[in-house]
Amino acid sequence: MTKTDESGAAAGARTGRPRRRRVRFAVPLPLLLPGAVALAFLLLPLVALLLRAPWSSLPSLLTSPDVWQALQLSLFSATAATAVSLVLGVPLAWLLARTEFPGRGLVRALVTLPLVLPPVVGGVALLLALGRNGVVGQWLDAWFGITLPFTTTAVVIAESFVAMPFLVISVEGTLRAADPRYEEAATTLGASRFTAFRRVTLPLIAPGIAAGAVLAWARALGEFGATITFAGNFPGRTQTMPLAVYLALQNDPEAAIALSLVLLAVSIAVLAGLRDRWMTAP
Amino acid sequence: MTTVPPPDSHGPTGLDAHLVVTRAAFHLDITLTAAPGEVVALLGPNGAGKTTALRALAGLTPLSAGRLRLDGEQLDGTPPESRPVGVVFQDYLLFPHLTALDNVAFGPRCQGATKAESRAVAAGWLDRMGLTAHAGDKPRRLSGGQAQRVALARALATRPRLLLLDEPLAALDARTRLDVRSQLRRHLAEFEAVAVLVTHDPLDAMVLADRLIVIEHGRIVQQGTPADIARHPRTDYIAHLVGLNLYRGRAEGHTVKLETGPAITVTEELTGDVFVAFPPSAVTLFRDRPTGVSARNLWRCEVAGLETHGDRIRADLTGELSLAADLTTVGAAELDLRPGVTVWATVKATQTHAYPA
Repeated sequence: MTKTDESGAAAGARTGRPRRRRVRFAVPLPLLLPGAVALAFLLLPLVALLLRAPWSSLPSLLTSPDVWQALQLSLFSATAATAVSLVLGVPLAWLLARTEFPGRGLVRALVTLPLVLPPVVGGVALLLALGRNGVVGQWLDAWFGITLPFTTTAVVIAESFVAMPFLVISVEGTLRAADPRYEEAATTLGASRFTAFRRVTLPLIAPGIAAGAVLAWARALGEFGATITFAGNFPGRTQTMPLAVYLALQNDPEAAIALSLVLLAVSIAVLAGLRDRWMTAP
Repeated sequence: MTTVPPPDSHGPTGLDAHLVVTRAAFHLDITLTAAPGEVVALLGPNGAGKTTALRALAGLTPLSAGRLRLDGEQLDGTPPESRPVGVVFQDYLLFPHLTALDNVAFGPRCQGATKAESRAVAAGWLDRMGLTAHAGDKPRRLSGGQAQRVALARALATRPRLLLLDEPLAALDARTRLDVRSQLRRHLAEFEAVAVLVTHDPLDAMVLADRLIVIEHGRIVQQGTPADIARHPRTDYIAHLVGLNLYRGRAEGHTVKLETGPAITVTEELTGDVFVAFPPSAVTLFRDRPTGVSARNLWRCEVAGLETHGDRIRADLTGELSLAADLTTVGAAELDLRPGVTVWATVKATQTHAYPA
């Protein structure tokens, strides 16, 4: 729409008559056809999910103890992972956005690595680091008797590992867009840099933090690969919704569809929550 | 204009700074001293280094070399939050998420006051600024002039010993500017410590400051009282910049009676203490008393000196009224102007500008 308006205005300007008019220009078939296929491709599976949903038995499926357990675990672990990401990720984002240190570019690249890393690889890496015989895990076991793998804590760790980069990138972007002179103004009023961050910067970037947190939460909720690798698949302890869906698909496809619907509903809710931020962007 | 002690006559009190900041394509090197109660304006074109100097004083930009002492205390290595320095930023930088009251209370709170104490202090400052009614407003609901006063209150609430103002009036429209300028002047006059303001507007500088320091290319090219600089500009830039005659007097209707004797007729109708300003180019000179001209704004003067600036000549006149007059080289030749001759100077009321002091 915008494109046609612009070309229309440009044409008007060329002929010396700056007149806004809608130009109906033919959409080239080589673009229209693949575009339409892509749209169908993206929507069809979701439509299928809705079509095949066992609507009548849905209430009983969703209220079964197994589903409840998985849903509760998922909500808890995703929320915990988001909290971990906030507590650790916001300071990291601040360091990346506001300080100069050697190798900062490299650090930022490493932070974003989990975004593109296959989650299974992340799970394996976490096992090697925090597993019973892992680089750090062996000391946790020897000194404190703490074993992380295959516990609910492991679920939170795996989800944090995958979700935190989303939050860091989102918050860092917001920080870069925010005017650093507010922090300067705060320091001239006697605020330490931390006070300036806490009382001025944090409230200013709150919308960006909220968006990053929602994004991280959604990512954590859907996390599968790292979780099943590092935390396993024990109902009630480490079996989150995505894991339950996968397992149910083999024994009880109807339950899998029901669980998937729940996750789809959550995703749509997240998208609706973020629409002001993304969907209205030009 | 107030008399100002020579820059180095004061002892350990006040500001004593030698600011050196070196960057890739820029070098700032200025010496700056000021006594408590003095208002100094750094005046210069964009990119001259005024704001860098201000940031260096605040500790926001580190010094490459030099020194910075305030009331005898070494401040060079002190971080901004530990300096007894208040800053009014160009666009105020009021915290948008805090009310006017909480913006002003921010400083006292950081200095260790309790929430209630700092709010009481802030309320006092807002009251002095006449902003009590707006204490609960967020900055976006304040007008430009109100925001400026909140920013000033916020800076003063920390009880700074050095107050810095970066283009304090630049963000205001012409109308608000007049009011805010005279209010700001009053607050600066009450301020007992050193105030340094940065501006590119000669009128702001002359009205607000006791002493001007003109900076070009990171160096001081001239300093002195506003009158001093206006009469004896040493570069074309300054001559152009401070092209103003400025007087102080008492207004009654359209007449302003000056402290030195003569009166000036102005278009504005005012009462009380006022400033009158007009540019040297508004002055017309005659060798003999003009007959067709009304007696208003007509003064008998003597040429004290002549200086050439580009294609114009600035005449320094003494007599009934001390003033600077600009005329073309041709005009000066026709009048046969030379030091010592008597001339009649006149200026139209519409060319003057009077405003409350």
